[in-house]
Amino acid sequence: MLRALRRHRVLPGFGLTLGFSVFYLSLIVLIPLGAAFLKTFTMSWDHFWTTVTSARALASYRLSLGASMIAAATNTIMGLIVAWVLVRYEFAGKRILDALVDLPFALPTAVAGITLTAMFAGNGWLGSYFESLGVKVAFTRIGVVVALTFIGLPFVVRTLEPLLQDLDPEIEEAAATLGANRWQSWTRVIFPELLPALLTGFALAFARAIGEYGSVVFISGNMPMRTEITPLMIMTKLAQFDYAGATALAIAMLAMSFALLFLINLLQWWSRARYA
Amino acid sequence: MNVMETLGSRSIKLRRGTSGRLTEPAWIKVLLIGVAMLFLAVFLILPLLVVFTEAFKKGIEVYFASITEPDAAAAIRLTLLTAAIAIPLNLVFGLAAAWAISKFDFAGKSLLVTLIDLPFSVSPVISGLIYVLLFGLQGWLGPWLQAQDFKIIFAIPGIVLATIFVTFPFVARELIPLMQTQGSEEEVAARVLGASGWQTFWRVTLPNVKWALLYGVILCNARAMGEFGAVSVVSGHIRGLTNTIPLHVEILYNEYNSAGAFAVASLLAILTLITLVLKSLIDWKAKIHAQFPDEVAGGRSYEH
Repeated sequence: MLRALRRHRVLPGFGLTLGFSVFYLSLIVLIPLGAAFLKTFTMSWDHFWTTVTSARALASYRLSLGASMIAAATNTIMGLIVAWVLVRYEFAGKRILDALVDLPFALPTAVAGITLTAMFAGNGWLGSYFESLGVKVAFTRIGVVVALTFIGLPFVVRTLEPLLQDLDPEIEEAAATLGANRWQSWTRVIFPELLPALLTGFALAFARAIGEYGSVVFISGNMPMRTEITPLMIMTKLAQFDYAGATALAIAMLAMSFALLFLINLLQWWSRARYA
Repeated sequence: MNVMETLGSRSIKLRRGTSGRLTEPAWIKVLLIGVAMLFLAVFLILPLLVVFTEAFKKGIEVYFASITEPDAAAAIRLTLLTAAIAIPLNLVFGLAAAWAISKFDFAGKSLLVTLIDLPFSVSPVISGLIYVLLFGLQGWLGPWLQAQDFKIIFAIPGIVLATIFVTFPFVARELIPLMQTQGSEEEVAARVLGASGWQTFWRVTLPNVKWALLYGVILCNARAMGEFGAVSVVSGHIRGLTNTIPLHVEILYNEYNSAGAFAVASLLAILTLITLVLKSLIDWKAKIHAQFPDEVAGGRSYEH
């Protein structure tokens, strides 16, 4: 390490920039997060456990995880189609659509929330159609999935696009020359190349969906046990000044999302080892 | 010309021989484009149309009244103030972190990179909660702050802190990968030729990363002005005092003032559209820069 420092000594500012970065990171992120973790130690284990395993909390985990899973899976399939179409085909309006894919990143979640609610409410542009089919979207669990699908939309598309652009056409040509039909080269040559990126996109969309609050809170109706997601339950506890309860749920949620991210990373590692 | 044309048509004929195997049948193409367009229309285009239709539902006068009334104006001022504090701080941090990470080797570098991304994997609600636990009345520093008569939670400092937290990685994560691939040869050359550290930074590093920097700032700004969950936890929702634009939208919406809520929301939607246009412009500029780096760099150095 010393040798490395000496080698780069021609450039100044190492101490200053690293010192400031670590100081600022600690001040804004690490110390507050650490303090939150420490706060849980001020409550007894029994209290913690009854809070995080209460029936209402369990129902909220089921909804949060289930709806995030469905939304991320939808985005994986649709994102693959959208990325493929945007990279491989030419059609009118393609560049505008491509730029619009980032809309869910840039649109404030509260705006997304009230807009999707207006669209899918019983008297909304799409809601009235669904209502006539007997399906209620807004203020049900389907509404939660719709909101989470919206906010997760860009992840898979944006992870796949650069990969599809760089995909060497020669491997497809080679497959065709060797007698593969289009379906075979797609499933055996192209898809394995895309699989790790698909899993990454899925993981990003899923992680984002679990923590999402703003867009869901308007469309879900927020009924405890039925349409209450975990972040909302934390919010409710805070509004009742139950800080210990809110912290316990937050820790449970952090643990779940870190565990899932770890699992998905393992899966990615496996798919890379298998197909690369 | 004739030779070129014959060559061209020949290669097209050659390609046609295997084209059935190299592209999908036309009906699948049309089907896929149709499915993609329907999905994007429902999730991207319709919501934009809905925001503006709902905003103008009660007429243009209600629209302008909603965005100019004192509480809305106060919310707009607070949002601008918050962004004006959060963005420069995260910008300086992003530059410092990217400089340290890309120009030097040190132990724990990959840990630092991981930690910088941490705020992205934390739910917005939890981002706000951690500051309540630190500075709130029941938090670690709450009683001391109360003795000093200084409020952070349910006041503007808390809103600024929560916003800094959620926008923390934006600039850094745009700069770090770019500056790592660019290496430090140009900076070393500048130093060897006698430039000071600051001259090297201003004349060599900054021009090389300006598009990525701008990109990060634009995304940071969009999130800073639009953040809802984290700010909602720490704000206390005091009208005219601690309401940002997204919180004002929520209040109006919950009061069944739909036209007012969408009118104020349309301001954020316009900001989003501006963000997307700027982002596309920068993508395009960066692509040109990547294709003809010498011409662009040469043009600049001869001008001055």
